[in-house]
Amino acid sequence: MEILVCVKRVPDIGENEIEITSDGKDIKREDLVYSVNEWDNYAVEEAIQIRDKVGGSVTVVSVGDDEWEDVLRREMAMGADKGVLLKDEKFDGSDGKGLATILKAFVEKGNYDLILTGAQASDDGAGQVGGMLAALLDWPFASLVNKIEVVDDKTLRIGREIEGGNQEINEIQLPCVLSIQSGINEPRYVSLRGIRKVASKEIPVYGCEDLGLSEDQVGEKAAKVKRIDYFIPEIGKGAEILEGDLEEVAEKLAELLKAKGGIK
Amino acid sequence: MMKEVLSPAYTTFLGLPGSFWGVLIPLVGIACFLYIVARRLIPLAKAAPDPRFDRINLRIKNLFRYWLFQYKQPRYIVAGVIHIVIFAGFLVLSIRSISLVIEGFYPDFVFPGLGGFLGKVYSVLKTYFATFVFIACIVAVIRRVVFKPERYKVPPKYGKEHTFEAIFVLALIGSLMVFESLFEASSGTKEALPPLTLAWFFKLILPTSSISFLQSVHTTSYFIHDFIFFFFLCFLPFGKHFHVLTSIFNVFFMKLDRGVVKPVRYGISEEELDNLEYFGIKYFEDFTWKHMLDFYTCVDCGRCSDNCPANFVGRPLSPRFLTIKSREYMFDRFPVLGLIKPKEPVVGKIFEEDEIWSCTTCGACEEECPVCNEYINKIVDLRRGLVDEGNVPQTIQKALNALEKRGNPYGKMESKRLEWAKSLEGIEVKEVSKKFKPEVLYFVDSATSYDERLQEIAKATATILTKAGVNFGVLGKKEKDSGHEVRRFGEEFLFMTLRDMNTEAILESGASLIVTSDPHAYNCLKKDYSDIPPVEHITEFILRLINEGKIKLKPIEQDDLVFTYHDPCYLGRHNLLYDVPRMVLDSIPNLKRVEMKRCRDRSFCCGGGGLMLFYEAEEEKRMGQVRAEMAYEAGANVIITACPFCLVNIEDGIKTSGLEGKVRVMDITELILQQLS
Amino acid sequence: MARSIFAYIVHSNGEIDDSYLDFINAAKKIDPDAKVTAVVFGHGDEVENVAKEVANYYPEVWKVNKESVAYPNAEIIRPMLLDILPNDSIFMLPHNTFGMDLGPGLSIKIDSTYIPDVVDIEKAEGDTLVVVRQEFGGQVSTHVSCDISSGAVITIRPGAFQTEEEPQKVSGNVVDKSSEVKDVEAKRKYIEVIEAEVGDVDISKEDVLVSIGRGIGDQENIPIAEELAEAMGAVVSCSRPVVDAKWMDKSRQVGTSGKTVKPKIYIAMGISGSFQHMGGIKGNPFIVAINKNPKAPIFQYADVGVVADLLEFAPILTEKIKEIKKG
Repeated sequence: MEILVCVKRVPDIGENEIEITSDGKDIKREDLVYSVNEWDNYAVEEAIQIRDKVGGSVTVVSVGDDEWEDVLRREMAMGADKGVLLKDEKFDGSDGKGLATILKAFVEKGNYDLILTGAQASDDGAGQVGGMLAALLDWPFASLVNKIEVVDDKTLRIGREIEGGNQEINEIQLPCVLSIQSGINEPRYVSLRGIRKVASKEIPVYGCEDLGLSEDQVGEKAAKVKRIDYFIPEIGKGAEILEGDLEEVAEKLAELLKAKGGIK
Repeated sequence: MMKEVLSPAYTTFLGLPGSFWGVLIPLVGIACFLYIVARRLIPLAKAAPDPRFDRINLRIKNLFRYWLFQYKQPRYIVAGVIHIVIFAGFLVLSIRSISLVIEGFYPDFVFPGLGGFLGKVYSVLKTYFATFVFIACIVAVIRRVVFKPERYKVPPKYGKEHTFEAIFVLALIGSLMVFESLFEASSGTKEALPPLTLAWFFKLILPTSSISFLQSVHTTSYFIHDFIFFFFLCFLPFGKHFHVLTSIFNVFFMKLDRGVVKPVRYGISEEELDNLEYFGIKYFEDFTWKHMLDFYTCVDCGRCSDNCPANFVGRPLSPRFLTIKSREYMFDRFPVLGLIKPKEPVVGKIFEEDEIWSCTTCGACEEECPVCNEYINKIVDLRRGLVDEGNVPQTIQKALNALEKRGNPYGKMESKRLEWAKSLEGIEVKEVSKKFKPEVLYFVDSATSYDERLQEIAKATATILTKAGVNFGVLGKKEKDSGHEVRRFGEEFLFMTLRDMNTEAILESGASLIVTSDPHAYNCLKKDYSDIPPVEHITEFILRLINEGKIKLKPIEQDDLVFTYHDPCYLGRHNLLYDVPRMVLDSIPNLKRVEMKRCRDRSFCCGGGGLMLFYEAEEEKRMGQVRAEMAYEAGANVIITACPFCLVNIEDGIKTSGLEGKVRVMDITELILQQLS
Repeated sequence: MARSIFAYIVHSNGEIDDSYLDFINAAKKIDPDAKVTAVVFGHGDEVENVAKEVANYYPEVWKVNKESVAYPNAEIIRPMLLDILPNDSIFMLPHNTFGMDLGPGLSIKIDSTYIPDVVDIEKAEGDTLVVVRQEFGGQVSTHVSCDISSGAVITIRPGAFQTEEEPQKVSGNVVDKSSEVKDVEAKRKYIEVIEAEVGDVDISKEDVLVSIGRGIGDQENIPIAEELAEAMGAVVSCSRPVVDAKWMDKSRQVGTSGKTVKPKIYIAMGISGSFQHMGGIKGNPFIVAINKNPKAPIFQYADVGVVADLLEFAPILTEKIKEIKKG
């Protein structure tokens, strides 16, 4: 099975607080470190496991700039066979549809059976590119996939994570696009040695023209959704914070809970 | 009529001349033995290289200490004494055994040098030793069968009990003694045998009247002895008694340095590492020949597992069985008779992943092993293999990724590494720079820098150094995790990256001495780094300050405080720093100190440090809790330790054991700070 | 403007998704005079009843009653919507597992702008809509300008447009659009739903919950919460990270991917207050937040807060509660 996984390079939020620049136009990026979007990493691991079971190859693709190569290389070190970078100044500022359009152009150059994306990205949390790509390609789509079983070379049996922790089982025909939910598998570790091994592997780069796209389909000009600024909203009323030392506060709270009928 | 009992070579046995058997048995025995040993050497020939011919003088010293003088045996006194008797007996009786064999076809053989008086002395000696060995075997059997020491038990998942083999061999040894003594007793000489020996006893009950009866006893017992001797010799390489032959080599080639990790592969320099197809142990042949010799030499005594903290708390690791399983695999895959089986990944076949990750590298097993087997290097090599495959627990992956991106396992920002110093009132902690190149560099390392509780150690250390007038600095943002556990968890390249960054920063700092309050950092800088200034643990530094009178300590005021010192693994076992911290404590007037039963080289690991904090083990209890309970049992209400990880592990252990309010734990720096006058 | 505004009503087993009235509030922010048309897909009596109920608040309800959408399959519903939606309309969905499934593709197919996970709508001027979204897990907010000249598909964060006011009752009329919709041969076929395992305790039935989050630190600290719960006659629940770390069973998880709970009292200890977690709490309980980070979002949702380390505070609280019970 020929599998394509779309991966995004995002800032590591982890233990660190995101700060906004004084003009509000962006977040402070000097101290940020970047890595592959967690959901996308689950998707790559899933793709590798499927390939190991049924054969084929896994390609990872990103729409970004030179710095994104690190992320592609890491996924290749993990086990993806090929990495591709779609890079062009004209792609800057693309909205979700723009990105999906770029990816579609790339997909049509190849012969993929299955496309995976992460369910959402940890930076903007939009969860849109997968569904849009599927619609542009006219392929069936399923989001929040937490289980994939290959039935045959035309069909997959998948599980979707829905409300209440329940799982919705579907059968979907290939070729299709799936957005992958975290927790679907346990991604393998990528050692530094592994990354060094793929350090000299070639990552082809395709631009706007290579993909046969025109300027007005992509980039800022074509974007219908544009971020204006970042801000921290004013904190509303919020909770009444109990003051005093821990003993006093505990007493006050215990009284309050009793009054509200919380102690049986 | 026979007038005297003849040497067996002159008689007949089972219808054939004695000398025939006297040649045949040894010939066949030695031939089989050589073939068996050659087959047993095959896997070692295929194994990874391991240079062990350095520091010959030290190796010879070790041979005397651990092999000849059985230095580790008395740690378990009953078994120790029994074994020393049997071992001494073997050494003494070796001459007798050789003589006996040769007498089978050359009856007048006299062992060179043992012709006259010496020969008589030896004769008496060997007769007593044969008796001692016999008694020791009986005691050993009773011990096995009746008292059934805990550490010999075989958990069901590892198979059947090993009691049969143990008793079988004891029976073989015992019977060797019996038949040798019978042979001696039936020689028909008039000379009295040494009193109260086995031979003396037999002579007493053997009828002296019938020469022909004595002759048949003499001949028969000889050839039975001969047969058992060579049977036993050939049997040795099939079980734990292989150690009888291999232990001398195993001890000679033993690990000479503590706290050191072997390179990924001997003979491959760091620059050449990229050329290796894979790292670590994938197939059995990736073990070094010395590791394989360890597997052969293991005596199945269980002392390692008896002291292993992971085993104690129910983790799936038992060092003893790690070795026994490996040996069984070797016997199966490289049989004496039959074809060698094809290679296969050992993880999943011999070892389980959790088994490999469970080890805290505390070194208790290596400390205990009477034949000086090593474990830590094997665990590290197995982990290297797992890391290479990407087979790492998710929580450890998170910490490793954070170490790669941020230089600390918490993923916190580099700029916050010196936050702890900001809340220190009145004490200035300066970062090294072009303008500030202090003599002493305080290497804080990640845990102490970022963990709220452990920052107290950094603050205490900085305060002590300042009050003692020491010109010191810290690397601050430029400091990365020492990489100690990164290396021991198998991520060699990440370790090298951290090491190189730290080395550069350390050399740039211009310091001539590095001091640290973290034993893992201490061990790492000392053993894993090279070409950096000397490193001291803060207790060493503080002791010197005390001796030079640069700090004065006031007495403990509370009379009901009873202190106990917990030896951190990386200060104690791995660096032999047992006394220095105790001397520091004893410099505090009015400090009452008790020792726990498990102290010094028998100290019980707190649970591990560095990346171990991020591993979610399957266990029945936390090691830290076990240790807190041990301190309480020893009658202490204050535990002093000299390691940040011991501090948090034991503190957590106090909480979960319900000993809160009864016992507390402090770092030695916190105590010194408190008592600074 | 006079643009048609639609709201997709999610329902399951006869129960309508809680936030279905939020769309009306959201629509008002786009156009104060907006008349929102509710869209209901389903089969048989269930969809008929839902449509009738929805018509109590929406002036117009478009109902599609078809066997193929007895279970809401986004791959079937999407092409059906294409058959009935007018051009340039604004289509609202909840930002939940269904919205994420249907929305992006729908926006492409009806050639309109996709605006996901909106928490507020600030202004609508001509063809531009300015909305508020969050990024980086809710750590920061952003203003986003959207060109809606050819329509929009907007997914609304559940609960973000809830107001205290009672929704206005109307007598909407239900329009049966079933015949306008073509049958679809979808390439994705619904098979079944596997329900999450029911654990030993059903937290959705409890009145008082003591809930723990990542702040509990370690599995071995859970007894601290259990003791508090026992003292209160309550039960322990948790947030997703605790389940992911395998410290508690999934049946104890409160949140959009866990259980929905309707307690009277909810004590959130060491929980940051992500919207996925808060989304599992319905019915406006009395929320107490205990967290050592004063900036944690949970303090926005809570009625009363304590800034402290739960490992220190909880045992003290447990003691005080035991004292109150005695005296």
